[in-house]
Amino acid sequence: MALLTQDESKTIIQNSIWQQNAALGQFLGLCPVLVISSNIVNGVSLGLATSLVMLISSAAIACIRSLVPNELRAPIFILIIAALVTMVDLLMNAYVHDLYVVLGIFIPLITTNCIVLARAEAYASKNGVAQSALDGVMMGLGLTLVLAILGAMRELVGKGTLLSGIDLVFGAGAKSWVIHVIPAEYNYQFLLAILPPGAFIGLGFLIAGKQALDRRAETKAKLAAKLALQAVAA
Amino acid sequence: MKTMVQNGVRGALTLLVFALVFTALMAGTYALTKDSVAKNERDARAALIAQVLPAGSYDNELLLDALPQTAAAQQQLNNPAGAQIYRAIKDGQTTAVVVETIAPDGYSGKIKLLVGVSRAGQILGVRVVAHKETPGLGDYIDVAKSNWILGFDGKSLSSPTADLWRVKKDGGAFDAAAGATISPRAVVKAVKNTLSYVAAEHATLFGA
Repeated sequence: MALLTQDESKTIIQNSIWQQNAALGQFLGLCPVLVISSNIVNGVSLGLATSLVMLISSAAIACIRSLVPNELRAPIFILIIAALVTMVDLLMNAYVHDLYVVLGIFIPLITTNCIVLARAEAYASKNGVAQSALDGVMMGLGLTLVLAILGAMRELVGKGTLLSGIDLVFGAGAKSWVIHVIPAEYNYQFLLAILPPGAFIGLGFLIAGKQALDRRAETKAKLAAKLALQAVAA
Repeated sequence: MKTMVQNGVRGALTLLVFALVFTALMAGTYALTKDSVAKNERDARAALIAQVLPAGSYDNELLLDALPQTAAAQQQLNNPAGAQIYRAIKDGQTTAVVVETIAPDGYSGKIKLLVGVSRAGQILGVRVVAHKETPGLGDYIDVAKSNWILGFDGKSLSSPTADLWRVKKDGGAFDAAAGATISPRAVVKAVKNTLSYVAAEHATLFGA
């Protein structure tokens, strides 16, 4: 098994987190993104659970890729992913129950996330185990990042808080970690942001933001190339 | 033609092998985790029921001393089949019951409740188990969001009197947030309904 070179991993990480970011670049897996991103804690929890499943599923698929006939890829990949999600679900329920109570409802949702299958198909079926595992987990983390930012935006605009619900993950003692940007006694509410429309609007802004940044980088690169050309001509 | 059949058979066999291997893996995981999963679920359920009972008010296994609700009870308490009543027993005497009930008229569907009632007919605690009320608006009936539901503690059918078992907006004794009265109204009604049921069935539930 060829291990990863530094260059390779750098390309994979850049590609997964930014260029082909699951939610902002490939627009995949939007269903759970829109549903879960009503606050940071939920978003990050689902993101991490997805990363775990993607790490395992990409590695598993890269391992057996030479055994899978080309025309049977889709059913076999779906079988593997569904089986892995079920196993992760059962194992977490049995051995890390506290975490399961928090993440449990999200885990079956991962099966509905087409980014898992998309990476199996587009990457893990053509690359080595180490590369695929890194690609899977980084794609998951890229998604986690978007979920965290979207969750933060919706929470902040909708309720004026950050990190609400953190006590569900770290126990009742963590209740004081919740940041009230708008003091709790004002009872601030902006329901639109918390309900599904807020998710669509927020995601729209994030996609626009990414496009704007990409566009700016592109213009800059073009300008630099032009200047270099002029310098040569002169 | 022959190669097509051959390919088809080979494909089907490959699929079969994968299906068998992964089904076996899942079955193995299930067998391995079955007992701990069941135990965790029992513990979680017992912890939920224990929330509506004062600590130390029972010395039995709550889940083992459950009574299935009769068809009439299910109808009165708006429950589906399989609903239970849990008994808290101390020193051989039933000190309290925990009744599963449903408020059918929430703002967006059913609100599942657990109501703990003492032998004397007082409420020991009420908890919302599942609901679909509007986040940030009607969901203050959930103890994770606000302390509203704790306001039922210590109430009974005689205090407040029957006509005061309403939200304040309807001239009753129970608070409700302005603009979000449907959810609490449904809960108050269901809790009152449960108290009437427990009062009517007192002999069956608590024994002599």
